[in-house]
Amino acid sequence: MVSGIPLFPEQASTLAPEVDNLYFFVTAVTAFFALLVVVVVLVFAVKYRDRTGEKVGAPIHGSLPLELGWSIIPFFISMAIFAWATLVFFHIVRAPDQTLEVYSTGKRWMWRFQHIDGQAEINELHVPLGRPIRVIFTSEDVLHSLYMPAFRVKADAIPGRYSSIWFTPTQVGEFHLFCAEYCGTRHSGMIGRVVVMEPNEYQAWLSGGGSGMSMAARGEQLFQQLGCVGCHLPDGSGRGPSLLGKYGIQETLATGATVTIDDTYVRESILTPQMKLVAGYGPVMPTFQGLVNEQGVMSLIEYVKSLPRTGGPPAAAQASAAGAPAAAPAQGPR
Amino acid sequence: MPDALAAHAEPHGHAHHPALQHHFQTMAQQQEAATLGMWVFLVTEVMFFGGLLMAYLLYRVWYPEAWSEGSLELDIRMGGFNTVVLIGSSLTMALAVRSAQTGAPRATVRWLLLTIALGLTFLVVKFFEYKEKYDLHHIPGPNFVFEGPQKDHLQIFFSLYFGLTGLHALHMVIGVSLLSVITWMAHRRRFSPEWYTPVEMSGLYWHFVDIVWIFLFPLLYLVDRAHQLS
Amino acid sequence: MTTTVLPRVTYLNVRTTVASWLLTKDHKRIGILYLLVVSFAFLLGGIFAAGVRIELTTPEGDFVSADTYNRLFTMHGVAMVFFVLIPAVPAILGNFAMPLMIGARDVAFPKINLLSWYVFVIGFLFTLAAMLFGGVDTGWTFYTPYSSQASNSNVLLTGIGVFIAGFSSILTGLNFMVTIHRMRAPGMTWFRLPLFVWALYATSLVQILGTPVIAITVLMLALERALGFGIFDPRLGGDPVLFQHLFWFYSHPAVYIMILPPMGVISEVLACFSRKSIFGYSFVAFSSLAIAVFGFLVWAHHLFVAGISPYSAMVFSFLSFAVAIPSAVKTFNWAATLYRGAIWWRAPMIWVFGFIGLFLVGGLTGLFLASLGLDVHLHDTYFVVAHFHYIMVGGAIMGYFAGLHYWWPKITGRMYSNGLGTLAAMLVFVGFNLTFFPQFILGYLGMPRRYHAYPEEFQVLNVLSSAGASLLGIGYTLIACYLLYSLWKGEEAGANPWGATGLEWKTQSPPLPENFAQTPIVREGAYEYAKRETKVA
Repeated sequence: MVSGIPLFPEQASTLAPEVDNLYFFVTAVTAFFALLVVVVVLVFAVKYRDRTGEKVGAPIHGSLPLELGWSIIPFFISMAIFAWATLVFFHIVRAPDQTLEVYSTGKRWMWRFQHIDGQAEINELHVPLGRPIRVIFTSEDVLHSLYMPAFRVKADAIPGRYSSIWFTPTQVGEFHLFCAEYCGTRHSGMIGRVVVMEPNEYQAWLSGGGSGMSMAARGEQLFQQLGCVGCHLPDGSGRGPSLLGKYGIQETLATGATVTIDDTYVRESILTPQMKLVAGYGPVMPTFQGLVNEQGVMSLIEYVKSLPRTGGPPAAAQASAAGAPAAAPAQGPR
Repeated sequence: MPDALAAHAEPHGHAHHPALQHHFQTMAQQQEAATLGMWVFLVTEVMFFGGLLMAYLLYRVWYPEAWSEGSLELDIRMGGFNTVVLIGSSLTMALAVRSAQTGAPRATVRWLLLTIALGLTFLVVKFFEYKEKYDLHHIPGPNFVFEGPQKDHLQIFFSLYFGLTGLHALHMVIGVSLLSVITWMAHRRRFSPEWYTPVEMSGLYWHFVDIVWIFLFPLLYLVDRAHQLS
Repeated sequence: MTTTVLPRVTYLNVRTTVASWLLTKDHKRIGILYLLVVSFAFLLGGIFAAGVRIELTTPEGDFVSADTYNRLFTMHGVAMVFFVLIPAVPAILGNFAMPLMIGARDVAFPKINLLSWYVFVIGFLFTLAAMLFGGVDTGWTFYTPYSSQASNSNVLLTGIGVFIAGFSSILTGLNFMVTIHRMRAPGMTWFRLPLFVWALYATSLVQILGTPVIAITVLMLALERALGFGIFDPRLGGDPVLFQHLFWFYSHPAVYIMILPPMGVISEVLACFSRKSIFGYSFVAFSSLAIAVFGFLVWAHHLFVAGISPYSAMVFSFLSFAVAIPSAVKTFNWAATLYRGAIWWRAPMIWVFGFIGLFLVGGLTGLFLASLGLDVHLHDTYFVVAHFHYIMVGGAIMGYFAGLHYWWPKITGRMYSNGLGTLAAMLVFVGFNLTFFPQFILGYLGMPRRYHAYPEEFQVLNVLSSAGASLLGIGYTLIACYLLYSLWKGEEAGANPWGATGLEWKTQSPPLPENFAQTPIVREGAYEYAKRETKVA
């Protein structure tokens, strides 16, 4: 099984060559300096060796030009590395606009992945080749870290917050998926695989199995079951603001601050609704902490995202939105 | 033997003060070392409280509503009374140092005793404040009770309240114990205008503990109170 | 040299009862007391490391259970970081040599110095108790919320131990800072101070400003775990990442507590055995201070993937590159010191050569981790493990042994075998590289740290690493053997066996209880080898 010593990981995403080129450059620079110093030390140590211990060295105390030189030159070299590395970093943290999103939760000791079309999987993630994928995730207990070495991406999963990584797979195959932040006894068992498939095979995989209900649809179902729909009327006449087209825009809060409606804000609004009230609305919404789990929250977020910016609700949600007031009496938790 | 003694006494060259420790050359050196040491110690104390204040700052920015609600929960009369008591104790402490400096041992003892009394007053008031919080189940932990939507964040507020004031109270206890020893030494006429370093050092410590409270009182009791009343 | 006649009265034989040791206020004896406890902690940490390395020879995780493995690497980290690396050079070598080097009779506060040792021992006993009652499994970093909520191990006891030991470090730093300010002999101006003293000064700055922050952080963690306070509890809206900020605000500068004093040792030994002044004395002196100050501004580079904003990550990455420069300057200055020297290859110097090689690799690989684009991939992998072991073991421990071999004749009055000292240095150098170089490759391959079991393609490199570790173990055991042997059979060293310039070599070996018969008066810089004829006493 083991043939020789592996020296280098597979490059399986568009980010991997970028990171690796930087790695080669930094390796070359540091190896040069390491060798330089080692050779200088060895040459001096041999050349000026005194076996008696009786002689004294030359009265040299320093040289300002030399010392300035070897302070300033490394400084500029390190600034070059810094600039390059920061550019690569911003590629790693800035996802492109059109990504295929996958939601995930980490808990001791497994990763659960939830595709927006409805499939859920444990410790396995199926993705299509060549499409930018964005994984949005959080933790249900302690810190974890989602790490896919072949794609050179990693981010910590922090309870109460969303993190994300993105990558575009460039190679079909199976790759490691690790938890990189120590999380207790079976930390080293919190591993799995990412399966990169040809797009058509991926489609086939998607349609086979799964609950058949998309995340947005599940979110919509929850939206009704939990009674959200009774207040968040689509025309804005309810006790809570309409959610139509709110995702991604800026909203002014009661405190006067502005906030971008993103995954984290939607999550906070469900779990600690009175924290960041939108201007013009009273603190009437109860918390849904304990009534909806992390996956439910993610489905609700996906539902809010699926609501159109302007005009009527989307086709999928139209029917239910129209019948919403009737379908959801004021049964929600108070 | 006389030779050895002579060699030993040589660096000093004069009969030295009984309080001069063996490893110092002069009284001035010993005094400077003690003062610098005390100031450096106070710097570490600032950093010690700094960690908690950093946490305070973060959550104050994140949860301003909980902070204003929390500050209203605290008893401003007891806190205010304690502030006055502590400022008064700083005055008596300064007078004790002054008396030691001018060589008035009886006055030194008197001012030190008064400082201790004020310090104990502070601790007794603090005890009743804590007791009230205990009765109201405002001690953070599994039994924490608070009505209202900010309950969780108020628990963080009270964690920091007890962390900060508890640490301060611990410093007060240490300060009172320290002053008791110093008072005993003053009573035994151990200090003189040439050497009263322990009195001065305890004074520095006492003033520091006082200043910490001067920060804690507005940060915990007064924060957002005006905002809330308007 | 046929009979070993030691000076008549020394600090070692002036009184010999156990009580005279346990109640001593002599900085030299306190240094030896630290040596005993730290050596025990080093042995303990080494045994834990052996457990870890044996487990990792196979991918399956079959030697110990996952839970035991987690406890082993945690206790290895706790013992080594808090009870070996932080006290090793300052509290052992610093305590012994620093007052001698500045021509003082003792540190400024001898009683507090003894108190520091007792505080250290009490902290160590708490931690030891935690280990005996089953250990702790949070990693030495104690990250919340795992440590505050999930772990079933002795987090509280360990935390209290670390908290108490922290005060020992604070008090030592305070004592040293005041000593260096106020206790210098006449004529010992700041720029005549040996560089080891400069390094200790910079270290005490870090100890004074940084250690209280970890103390309060661990206290908050203890309150959270024991009483259910909620400062880091995400369920209450608390921020678990705040713990990491506070933790690294200390623990990154703590790396400089570990490495600055060994760097000072290197300057001493290097100057002595090349019979030259250190090239660019003031650059080296000020780089110590620069490292201590910048060290406080880089903590968040441990959090690049912990959800901090990309822009603050950028700032911290920049500062992390900046702090690398003074370290690089030191290395170049050391290399340049050798130029046209008269280099005497004695055992301490061989340790210095080893230090330079390993510290170089450790420092340069730090650049990889400071690079944002690379750190995303490398964070929490074996690359990080390899990097900090190169700094802490390759740097700090090699420097510690260089210093121990350098001052051993002064401490004990006896010489050890130079051949064995050289052999041990080479064994440790080779063993160390074999242990930790493969881990850089493992890290880039993507093997996460703290893994009990791992995919089997990583096995070959792990076996190499474990093989190297056994070599390391042999090397360290060898040191203990010949140093102990020298206590009985070592040749008499004489006052100045290396022909060194420092004040500590002007008094007898072992020194008088009061250090100097007469207060020395200093008339020249620290390393004026060129001005005089060097004679080996």
